[in-house]
Amino acid sequence: MDGFIELFLSGITRGSIYALIALGYTMVYGIIELINFAHGEIYMIGSFVALVVASLLGLAGFPMLGILCVAILVATLWSAAYGFTVEKMAYRPLRDASRLSPLISAIGMSVFLQNYISLAQTSDFQVFPYLIPEFEFLEPIAHILAPSAFLIIVTSLLVMLALSLFIKFTRLGKAMRATAQNRTMATLLGINPDTIISMTFIIGSALAAIGGVLIASHTGVTKFNIGFIAGIKAFTAAVLGGIGSIPGAMLGGFVLGLCESFGAGYISSDYEDVFAFAILILILLFRPSGLMGRAPVQKV
Amino acid sequence: MYLIKRSLLVSIWFVLLTLPLLAVKVDTTNETLIWRWENMLYVAVSAFVLYMLWLLAMRWRSRQRRSEELAQPRVHNLYSTITDNKVIVGAFNLILLAILVLLPLLSSGYQINIWTTALIYVILGLGLNIVVGFAGQLVLGYAAFYAVGAYTFGLLHQNFGVGFWVALPCGAAVAGFFGILVSLPVIRLRGDYLAIVTLGFGEITRLVLENWIEVTNGPGGISNIPRPALFNLELSDTGTAVWVYYIVLLFMLIAFISLLRLKNSRVGRSWIAVSEDETASEVMGINTTWAKLTAFALSAVWAGIAGVLFATKTRFINPDSFTFMDSALFLCIVVLGGMGSVYGMLLGAFAIALLPEYLRAFSEYRMLLFGAAMVLMMIFRPQGLIPPKARQYRVSKLLGKEAQS
Amino acid sequence: MEKALEVSGLSISFGGLKAVSNMSLTVNKGEIVALIGPNGAGKTTFFNCVTGLYRPNSGTVRLNHPERGEIDLKGLAPHVITSLGLARTFQNIRLFSKMTVLENVMMGMHSRTKAGIFTALTGSRYARAEEQRIVDESYELLEFLNLQKLYKANAKSLPYGDQRRLEIARALAAAPLVLLLDEPAAGMNPHETLELKELVRQIRDRFKLSVLLIEHDMSMVMSLSDRVYVMEYGSPIADGKPADVSRDPAVIKAYLGEEYNA
Repeated sequence: MDGFIELFLSGITRGSIYALIALGYTMVYGIIELINFAHGEIYMIGSFVALVVASLLGLAGFPMLGILCVAILVATLWSAAYGFTVEKMAYRPLRDASRLSPLISAIGMSVFLQNYISLAQTSDFQVFPYLIPEFEFLEPIAHILAPSAFLIIVTSLLVMLALSLFIKFTRLGKAMRATAQNRTMATLLGINPDTIISMTFIIGSALAAIGGVLIASHTGVTKFNIGFIAGIKAFTAAVLGGIGSIPGAMLGGFVLGLCESFGAGYISSDYEDVFAFAILILILLFRPSGLMGRAPVQKV
Repeated sequence: MYLIKRSLLVSIWFVLLTLPLLAVKVDTTNETLIWRWENMLYVAVSAFVLYMLWLLAMRWRSRQRRSEELAQPRVHNLYSTITDNKVIVGAFNLILLAILVLLPLLSSGYQINIWTTALIYVILGLGLNIVVGFAGQLVLGYAAFYAVGAYTFGLLHQNFGVGFWVALPCGAAVAGFFGILVSLPVIRLRGDYLAIVTLGFGEITRLVLENWIEVTNGPGGISNIPRPALFNLELSDTGTAVWVYYIVLLFMLIAFISLLRLKNSRVGRSWIAVSEDETASEVMGINTTWAKLTAFALSAVWAGIAGVLFATKTRFINPDSFTFMDSALFLCIVVLGGMGSVYGMLLGAFAIALLPEYLRAFSEYRMLLFGAAMVLMMIFRPQGLIPPKARQYRVSKLLGKEAQS
Repeated sequence: MEKALEVSGLSISFGGLKAVSNMSLTVNKGEIVALIGPNGAGKTTFFNCVTGLYRPNSGTVRLNHPERGEIDLKGLAPHVITSLGLARTFQNIRLFSKMTVLENVMMGMHSRTKAGIFTALTGSRYARAEEQRIVDESYELLEFLNLQKLYKANAKSLPYGDQRRLEIARALAAAPLVLLLDEPAAGMNPHETLELKELVRQIRDRFKLSVLLIEHDMSMVMSLSDRVYVMEYGSPIADGKPADVSRDPAVIKAYLGEEYNA
């Protein structure tokens, strides 16, 4: 039974991370119908910025929890700035181009950012400092739930709750929903779609950065190419939940995390990544609208 | 003045953006930080200059677009005058062919190796262009078909001692079969979903090659893949390299000519029609499923052939040669050369394969620059460096008249 | 009179909404039949069902084929339907914009030609002869529509009216038995509309085909068509000679609204 619970918790842990990244994919896709391939790279950049900040503060002798908070904050800000810049340079000029153009541009951006980090920092695995404090109340279940995993689950649930409230109740959130539903109509109502799109990239990137810092402190390493696989998996989660749907992305993240965790635990851990891709392919083939999405109407 | 002010602001923005990642480097083994402030100076200056160029290029772009919208397409410009002239094109082809044929006689074994790779890249560019450029289906896992070709040869040799000439059609067939297998389910998907599913297939292929150790030997790969024999002659190392070069050149020429022919045929036109408007194509009587299926299969066949050629050239294969980065690189060939362009693939492949070799300073930054190139091409020259040329049709009725005038 | 196309009891619904219900319509050989109705009446949806782009829920679409007799087109793929003898144009012009004018017409001949990958690769004499034949035939079609001077131009560079006529040329290239035109006069000026009316007659006489057209321009419908069908909310409400239909109270109500009923 312990084995089952352990797999369940580890599934929820990685599921939270997938959900955090998937939110960025789904929000961007909802508004400009683009698979933002560079989104995984933003997540990776988040982890590297946090690494630099944490090392800096660590040498200055800051307390651990303080380091973690500052690292998350700075990583979030910087990743958001990267997301904003990427959209402005690589996607905005292609707003009215053919469908393939922004997609190819996104792939180019992803390749660029991966190699930028590999050149600027390192092309090897980079050790990430351990920043998570011990939680005393976790002692009895420490063997199945590490403090870092606990922190991941709690933080991502809080962040997702905050995002849902933001989308639902704030002016900006409402404008985002309006733009996603009908961009022309939203423009006519006085919403500037460029601002909304920029905001979407900023929020999505910030969420991804939080995921990046958390996962790096959980696993203790980071590398310039972690964003690629994580990005594809998060995209899978977004599709699984129904692309464009925010609750769908969260649900999809958890479902995917659990599938992977149980698949690796009960079938084979060598093919862990294959499960995600297989799920992606199956869902696109048999239920492209996802678990919570609406079926698109084909227009002739 | 406005230009300078904007550029200054952008320069500051980029300095801030790159500050934590370029100025600091963490050395975790010694628990120290390496400071590299000089990088910030480079970033500031280059962001300033590049942004000015960017703004100018953007202006040029919007001018270009406006003139395209207003005016009739220019029928006579220098480019089309040259490319319409059969003598010039013929002479160009001959010179190019002569250079490629004579090349091994003038260069070292190392050089021959590089050029063989470049020619394999041309084949890959041409093959990928069938499905991306002609049929308009973005395939992001092309390296998987390439891998299938290479591993078909590797495994056939390892287990059954099969030689190059038998493995070649096998590799092509197996890759083609995989192409059909992959395309059957994905053919109905919309463009971007198709892209991500092919990416998924590509990664699954690589993961299987890496993990199915009993068969593929995993990351260790397969070594001692034979070179093709030449009439039982004992050839030196350089000799076999030259022989492989000529075989690759032969297949590149076959690919090149067959693509030129396909492009101007009924099948080629139906691919282009499908890439433009599937509904209209269906109503024009095109079986769009069949059109996409054939494009996939043919594209995969060429990747398979390229894979066998690659295996015989390097004599060693492992999963590292067939990653997503490789698929992205092949896509870059197509984007640089021009989607739907045949001559463009020569330029695209040579740029990708040769620039890093001959500009040593360039090689470290090659993937960085290729990534940036893909973005810039999409923004400023989506049709590629050598855009596909409209074919000239000869209407029988007009032939007499044109001769008179 | 011999029937060319007979649709009966055709219905389709999208998610509970009946877009077309129980629509029947007959086009006789050599006839020009108009399908009219207010916006959103389901005329284009009806076209999409007949040409196979949508799969109707019920009903039959029978085509009278000179060699193969009566064929039910319902459930066949669009490209098969085209090869059997239905060709159409689109309300929102859908030319292949990367291709030249001539190539667009050549695309229309796709279903009548055969060259495949292998004949193309080997450059066989058969493929080359076929290619030359469709080039010449396409040029002749362009001559018929007076577009021959522009045959090298890019399709999207043509003026609007010419693009509409090019779409007709492309549809004619499929050598259809029945030609379906979806609002061919939309966006044309009165002079162009007059020319188009004459053109549709010429097409019928020269190619010996039947025409079914959706049109909003009433003067064109009244003077051009042999018979008129009227649709409202996806259902037929009247049919008959243009003069009779225009006096039908149900039609007047559908077009002008309740208050003009008296």
